[in-house]
Amino acid sequence: MHEVEIAVAILVATMRAATPLVLAGFGELITERSGVLNLGVEGMMLMGASIGFIGTVATGSPVIGLLLAMLAGAALALVFGVLTLSLMANQVATGLALTIFGVGFSALIGVSWIGIPLQGIATGIWPNLSTQPPIIQQLMLLDPVVWLAVLVPFIVHRFIYRTRAGLVLRAVGESHDVAHALGYSVIRIRYLAVLFGGAMSGLAGAYLSLAYTPMWSENMVAGRGWIALALVVFSTWKPAYLALGSLLFGFVTIAQFQAAGLGLALSPHLLAMLPYLATIVVLVLISRDATRLKLNAPAALGRPFHASA
Amino acid sequence: MASPPPRLRLTGIVKRYASTLANDGVNLTVGPGEIHALLGENGAGKSTLVKIIYGVARPDAGTIEWEGQPVTIADPNAARRLGVGMVFQHFSLFESLTVAENIALGLGATGSIAELTARIQDVSRRYGLAVEPGRHVHHLSVGERQRVEIVRCLLQSPRLLIMDEPTSVLTPQEAEGLFGVLRRLSAEGCSVLYISHKLEEIKALCENATVLRGGRLAGGCDPRVATEQQMAEMMIGGALPVAHRPAPLREGKPCLEVSKLTMESDEPFGTTLRDISLQLRDGQIIGIAGVAGNGQKELLGALAGERRTPDAAAVKVCGTDAGHMGPTARRKLGLSFIPEERLGRGAVAEFPLTENGLLTAYPHGFVRAGLIRTGAVQKYAAGIIKRFAVKASGIDARGSSLSGGNMQKFIVGREIGTNPRVLLAAHPTWGVDIGAAIAIRQALMDLAAAGSGVLVVSEDLAELFEICDFIAVLSGGRLSPPKPTRQTTVEEVGLLMGGRMAAQEMAHGV
Repeated sequence: MHEVEIAVAILVATMRAATPLVLAGFGELITERSGVLNLGVEGMMLMGASIGFIGTVATGSPVIGLLLAMLAGAALALVFGVLTLSLMANQVATGLALTIFGVGFSALIGVSWIGIPLQGIATGIWPNLSTQPPIIQQLMLLDPVVWLAVLVPFIVHRFIYRTRAGLVLRAVGESHDVAHALGYSVIRIRYLAVLFGGAMSGLAGAYLSLAYTPMWSENMVAGRGWIALALVVFSTWKPAYLALGSLLFGFVTIAQFQAAGLGLALSPHLLAMLPYLATIVVLVLISRDATRLKLNAPAALGRPFHASA
Repeated sequence: MASPPPRLRLTGIVKRYASTLANDGVNLTVGPGEIHALLGENGAGKSTLVKIIYGVARPDAGTIEWEGQPVTIADPNAARRLGVGMVFQHFSLFESLTVAENIALGLGATGSIAELTARIQDVSRRYGLAVEPGRHVHHLSVGERQRVEIVRCLLQSPRLLIMDEPTSVLTPQEAEGLFGVLRRLSAEGCSVLYISHKLEEIKALCENATVLRGGRLAGGCDPRVATEQQMAEMMIGGALPVAHRPAPLREGKPCLEVSKLTMESDEPFGTTLRDISLQLRDGQIIGIAGVAGNGQKELLGALAGERRTPDAAAVKVCGTDAGHMGPTARRKLGLSFIPEERLGRGAVAEFPLTENGLLTAYPHGFVRAGLIRTGAVQKYAAGIIKRFAVKASGIDARGSSLSGGNMQKFIVGREIGTNPRVLLAAHPTWGVDIGAAIAIRQALMDLAAAGSGVLVVSEDLAELFEICDFIAVLSGGRLSPPKPTRQTTVEEVGLLMGGRMAAQEMAHGV
């Protein structure tokens, strides 16, 4: 019975740790498949985390908080889109600036909200949570956002490979010149992809401040945006590998806490490295086939598009 | 009874780009079911005119009538709705997608991939255009890619099909298959606008021609009646220069020797070179004929030094073992190389002509104490532009601003300007217009007459027979023994090329 409890606890913790990576990662996957490299994921997640938190505390409704967070992420992505797609600024530099801006701006608007306690989404939905048996308690920690993150990989996979819109998205990311010659509106499609990426990053950030932690503190995303970005690249832009990578990262993060709890005689710094190391090693091993990489990598990634007649 | 209105009538089309008039008062009329040739040298305004018809560019003045009705074509979608289909010179396919996905993207929303696959197979059978819907485009040969483009157009039941230099990438057999398809379309009532500067093809295929020169209408003719000479002179606006071969030197010293060169290709679908031997002497021009993909790329790489040979003595430049040397060391021995791709390997698109001239010529007195002698470099570039009549806005023009033929003339000039002992030329006149091609051939012959050895790899048999002393054939990675040009015939060379082509044809079912 005890083992089952631990197994359930680890499973639930893994899913919860993977959720922000899945949400932000799949948003970025769509963005990059359209040929745009947005390095501002971390910044957009932070904006989502702070706006989502403030919105939830102010209105009392986590649903409104989550929606506001998605809007905040999309708004920041819109800034990125205007700069890189309309004004053709360099995508790498603009993305980095977006992250720096997000870190600073979220800290600024969140400064008077630090330390305010908040019910997690799960406890909000299930008020009698603490009276349930431990396994039920654990399972109830899987709130609707976690279940959404479970669905997202399947939806995105189906969208990319089975729908016409997904085909157009891949085509634009593969060669914007050819797509343009065929009469597709490259810039409009890229704007939509960038906005989707922003909204998903905002949602991922809000999940951290509303359910995972749940509280607001400065820079609380703590590099998860960068991990999501790295996962997208290491997964060679394949939804299945991205989902796998996110889960693996979540699992090793949790396992590392368990190992520390078991009194394993390893430096905590080495243990803290483990999730990164394990994820990168596994994804590099499964994606080292050069032909496959060439097939999946969006060939136009990061290249600006200008429709010259 | 009145005859039906023309399928397409353009009147007084004007299109201006920045400082140049790309089209200036051009008229064009294509009748129903007519195969109409659009002729002109590079930069004559053919591409601009086609872009206007396909809705990629908009004319500054002039009217377009489609089947008697005035229309404006705002974008490619509008053109396709009218019934205009286009097969691009540089294929507009997505490498990482399958054939069916590519075709779906060109069609607009219509049903599932499975339905589409059935329609593709139907059209493919009806016109004898073998395509496999499930394959990824990056696996396909150029001929197969072109068939995909054509099938994509045919699925839209076009009433005007535009073909932009369709045969420049095809083997003679594939080209013949294409003509069959076009004649059949014409018989079914679809008009074809055929852009090319291969005049023999136009004579064989087209029933009417419009000739452009410098953005203006130079005239029209019936290619079935007009001679190639007449059409060529209409295109260049003057008498056609004739290349002539200066008397070759007798028995020079060997300047490039290849002995028993055997080498695996380092590309997954490349050709392995097998036991290749060849001796090029000073003052000789040797031509290597063959269909691309039979080891040309691999052989040129091994000779130019892009790939080192396992045995250093397998390649000798001017008597020195050079197989282990890289390109720069071989250039120092006196070997120059004109690669097949102009921009990317022969020159840098973003660089001005001065810097492109410096790229390979730098060891010849253009650098002093590690610093570039700007004045000398500028003079060198200006000299090339003058000697080869390169059309460019000046020595600071970027590589990408020149047309293919003019860039090629500049590259040839750059390599010849350093007085190489050996010159390797890969497809030197590919995609180059007539005037420039003659100038390039003349330059190669003059170089040989001055005592250098020249090795020309080309698919153009007429060209090889015109300029070479010896012709060898590369087929399946093996090189036939060079034969004196006067003792061989096009048929004999064709047969040597054929061994592998026959098999390809069977596979394609053309």
